[in-house]
Amino acid sequence: MLTTVEIIILLPLFGAIVSGVFGHWLKKSSGYVATACVGAAWLLGLKTLVDVMGGVGVDENVYTWVSAGSFTASVGFLVDPLSAIMLVTVTTVSFFVHVYSFGYMHHDAGFARFFAYLNLFVFSMLVLILANNYLLMFVGWEGVGVCSYLLIGFWYERKSASDAGKKAFIVNRIGDFGFLIGIFTMFGYLGTVQFSEVVAKAGGGALPASAATGIALLLFLGACGKSAQFPLYVWLPDAMEGPTPVSALIHAATMVTAGVYVVARSNVLYTLSPTAGAVVAWVGVFTALLAASIALVNTDIKRVLAYSTVSQLGYMFIGVGVGAYTAGIFHLFTHAFFKGLMFLAAGSVMHAMSNELDMRKYGGLLSKMKVTGYTFIIGTIAIAGIPPLSGFWSKDLILAGAYHSHVPGHAALWALGVVGAVMTSFYMFRLILMTFFGQPRDAHLYDHAHESPPSMTVPLLVLAVGAIFVGGVTGYPLEHGWINHFLDPVLGSPDHGSGGAGLSPSVLIGISVAAGLGGFVLALVMHRSGRLGADSRQPIHKVLWNKWYVDEAYDVSIVRPIHRLSMALWTIFDTIVVDGIANGLGYTVKGISWVSGRFQTGRTPTYAMWMLFGTIAMIYAVTLP
Amino acid sequence: MESKLLTYLIFLPMVGAVLIGIAGKGRDGVSRWLALTVSIGTFAMSVPLFTRFDETTAAMQFVHQVPWVETLGISYAVGIDGISVLLVLITTLLSVLAILSSWTSVTNRVREYMISMLLLETGILGVFCSLDLFLFYVFWEAMLIPMYLLIGVWGGERRIYAAIKFVLFTLAGSLLMLVAIIYLYFEHGGATGTYTFDLMVLHKYSVDADSQSLLFLAFFLSFAIKVPLFPLHTWLPDAHVEAPTAGSVILAGVLLKMGTYGILRFCLPLFPLATAQYTGMIMVLSVIGIVYGALVAMVQTDVKKLVAYSSVSHLGFIVLGIFAMNEQGMQGGILQMVNHGISTGALFLVVGMIYERRHTREISDFGGLAKVVPAFSAVFLITTLSSIGLPGLNGFVGEFLILLGAFQANLTLGVVATSGVVLAAVYMLWMFQRVVWGDVGEANSKLQDLSLREWLVIAPLLVLMVWIGVYSDTFTRRTEVSSRHLIQMVQTRQMAGAGKSMADLQLSETTIAGRTSTRSVGEQGK
Repeated sequence: MLTTVEIIILLPLFGAIVSGVFGHWLKKSSGYVATACVGAAWLLGLKTLVDVMGGVGVDENVYTWVSAGSFTASVGFLVDPLSAIMLVTVTTVSFFVHVYSFGYMHHDAGFARFFAYLNLFVFSMLVLILANNYLLMFVGWEGVGVCSYLLIGFWYERKSASDAGKKAFIVNRIGDFGFLIGIFTMFGYLGTVQFSEVVAKAGGGALPASAATGIALLLFLGACGKSAQFPLYVWLPDAMEGPTPVSALIHAATMVTAGVYVVARSNVLYTLSPTAGAVVAWVGVFTALLAASIALVNTDIKRVLAYSTVSQLGYMFIGVGVGAYTAGIFHLFTHAFFKGLMFLAAGSVMHAMSNELDMRKYGGLLSKMKVTGYTFIIGTIAIAGIPPLSGFWSKDLILAGAYHSHVPGHAALWALGVVGAVMTSFYMFRLILMTFFGQPRDAHLYDHAHESPPSMTVPLLVLAVGAIFVGGVTGYPLEHGWINHFLDPVLGSPDHGSGGAGLSPSVLIGISVAAGLGGFVLALVMHRSGRLGADSRQPIHKVLWNKWYVDEAYDVSIVRPIHRLSMALWTIFDTIVVDGIANGLGYTVKGISWVSGRFQTGRTPTYAMWMLFGTIAMIYAVTLP
Repeated sequence: MESKLLTYLIFLPMVGAVLIGIAGKGRDGVSRWLALTVSIGTFAMSVPLFTRFDETTAAMQFVHQVPWVETLGISYAVGIDGISVLLVLITTLLSVLAILSSWTSVTNRVREYMISMLLLETGILGVFCSLDLFLFYVFWEAMLIPMYLLIGVWGGERRIYAAIKFVLFTLAGSLLMLVAIIYLYFEHGGATGTYTFDLMVLHKYSVDADSQSLLFLAFFLSFAIKVPLFPLHTWLPDAHVEAPTAGSVILAGVLLKMGTYGILRFCLPLFPLATAQYTGMIMVLSVIGIVYGALVAMVQTDVKKLVAYSSVSHLGFIVLGIFAMNEQGMQGGILQMVNHGISTGALFLVVGMIYERRHTREISDFGGLAKVVPAFSAVFLITTLSSIGLPGLNGFVGEFLILLGAFQANLTLGVVATSGVVLAAVYMLWMFQRVVWGDVGEANSKLQDLSLREWLVIAPLLVLMVWIGVYSDTFTRRTEVSSRHLIQMVQTRQMAGAGKSMADLQLSETTIAGRTSTRSVGEQGK
């Protein structure tokens, strides 16, 4: 008999196979099959969460998958509070994105293929979060990567889309390089890759601190790839080439949070190594600010949201880096709702505006698209951290965790986090103001704008409800909410290194709320004076507009040198050196036989003459002293 | 009956070749169907080797031994163990698929073509099953001739150059091996009084350290050329590019494994001291090969050349795993031999299918195939991912075990080798993007999707990719005992050798005993 977990995982796989193999005949029905499979998985996921809340967990090995010598890895699943939260997040957003896609992809020729990929993605994501060991997790990890690759390149006729897909896969592979070496090192020290045994052995002192640091940082390199952190974040903005439901599901709500999940899942390692934790937190805050700064000036609606995602993922890493694991996962949970919502809303706007992405051509759309507009605003208030919407609770928990932690420079970490919050609020309200308010800037597009069909607006409404309530319901009162009681047993409560010293909690809350409102006011003032989205001649604007030239720097310093090296190896080493030696040997032999061939004249006098010379030479050689 | 199974298996294709020679003259259809029937029969006959394989022993199984030239100690001896069983199966399977794949693409001298294919199969099976050095050498050289003909007669434009290069590179190595075999024969005969080519007897004999060093090099050079190990690889791209599809499939899928198989069967157990001596150098060369092959693959414009260089990289992984000299590396290496046969075999089949339609191998001539031939593109995608080593498909398991093993043997080399995983994604996806994605050009807009025959050719490999990917235990279970036995044998000899030089045999005996017992305790401890 299959267990509930197995059924949850197999449902989307079944859907993927059906819509992938039979999509040609099923046509639009493949969408129903796929959506029904994910819907069923969603309901079973909710049931699983209830079970876990009742204290029923799972840690089972189904069968031995790979074994050699003392190494074994099973196909096995773990359901604990952490994976249960992930399960519900993933299946909820997945289900509503599936529903939304009905409307969004309705006229696309690749309808069935789209749903097949989408289901395959859900399957891989579930393997990732439900695996009970690092190797099986890696299967899901790579699986979501492939689905992301296929879905970014979904409209493969476009060069930019196929380039973006390839870039995503390769940049992620760089992260995987670290992840794999992390697994090797872990096995070297602990002799196991199973979560429960890693926790037992590492927690039992079998792991020296230096090794813990090494493994933790290697895993984090993998996390940087998947969760788009500096220096590997460059693929995510380009990933916006994919269809918008994909951006919502994979590149905002679920897959990109996998890195945060890995760090939280490996919390025992990061607890052993304060160094690794500090690195995670500082990389997080750096990425958060870097991405937010680019979002300040960008005018492509999806890119702004993409940079916003990179930035928010940075916040999650601040959380898990400073040891506030619950806060990091909590933000992952709330972010899935409001960012998923905003991407779907952006898709709805694009749908209305003939796929125009440039916000400079939007304006005044609120009156034409009420549901899209208001739900988008709800998402924005949530991400800005304005109470009582969801983002406030989780972001505040992260900032408080950072403030109270004993990571080096924790106060600066907090202050920079607050600065990032101002920026977040600014660029999001900028987006809202440019899109839904003011005068229409492109009359033609505006005239054709219309609200999207119910299959698209209903998911918006559902996710908006989540964006409003999930944070408060699960996170109130701060630091003592349901989420803390649920997750702390697995993840440990953040230890407050600096105790209660410094600013009091209410002051901290006050400052972060002020940050959110401050960004809004700034955007409003600039909107009133007509400076939002306007060109600026300031050098800093140019740098931000060009995304700090990071892509260009990578191109010059990595991509091109490797290409030149490869060319040189092939044309010089292979062709000239190796083949040169081989051919040279050939020619030498040929030459010798040509020379010796000269002697074979077939004329007796010549032979006689050479014999004479030879005899003389021999006599000379023998008689010589 | 069972004891002669291997003999029937090895010579059935040869009998088939004779039959085609008689019946196929001027009748291409007869030649094709006979070849297909015979190769399917051979495959069917090899299945019991897998199902009835005893996975609890490292001893040779299905042994058939009869004296051949008794005065010289030459016998006809064949048998398989965990190291060769999978290779035999992949050979019989790929032979069927290769013959089926040339159904319509070969129209010139069909009878001779099919005869060459079947003779090649006999030669390869003989190499994997021989337990007598003389017999092994006969098969090793015999297999060169049909391969030479396949490239030289049915190949591309520069087929003569490629065929000669292939033969000369291989011969250069195998002549040295012949000298080494004869030396070993006399050395063993002189020391023990029994002159024999029987491998199982020779395995028990320890050559002195100095001679080992030279003999190892003579054998190894021959195998390294076949693998091919960097920097002896330049014959491979030429041979692949010029060979017909089926030739490339067999070449990449099976022939290259004769090199790695030879290392496992001869170099390691016969010359354990020299193995220890050269391990470092060989591991470095394999890692260079991994990175080098990948980098050069990245700048190729010809699909077949790209896949050929990717083989250089993949075979580097296999050699690395073998010389890591631990169970993960060894089993990963053996499994990866099969995996490479499946993935690269499939890649060449897929490339062949598209070549048959467009008669070009230039990557830039393609594009947008996903729109025109979706089924073909899906197959291409899965094959590409398998070659990249995507978890859940076959390549990952082997590569992972190899790297895990290499990592324990040498941290730095392990790290550098792992970078090959990144590079593989770069060149494979680059090719996939340019062939399958993008706009459809005029020349590609009328292509036909996969035919039923082509589905039959590729489907078995797709099944194996998933099977090994999700349940590799079926396969590693059969290689486990043999590879553990091989490692223990090599390590025991190495320690005995070290002990001998200290002129304290007794001490070394106890260390061996001590070490073996720690091992077994460790085994139980897990």
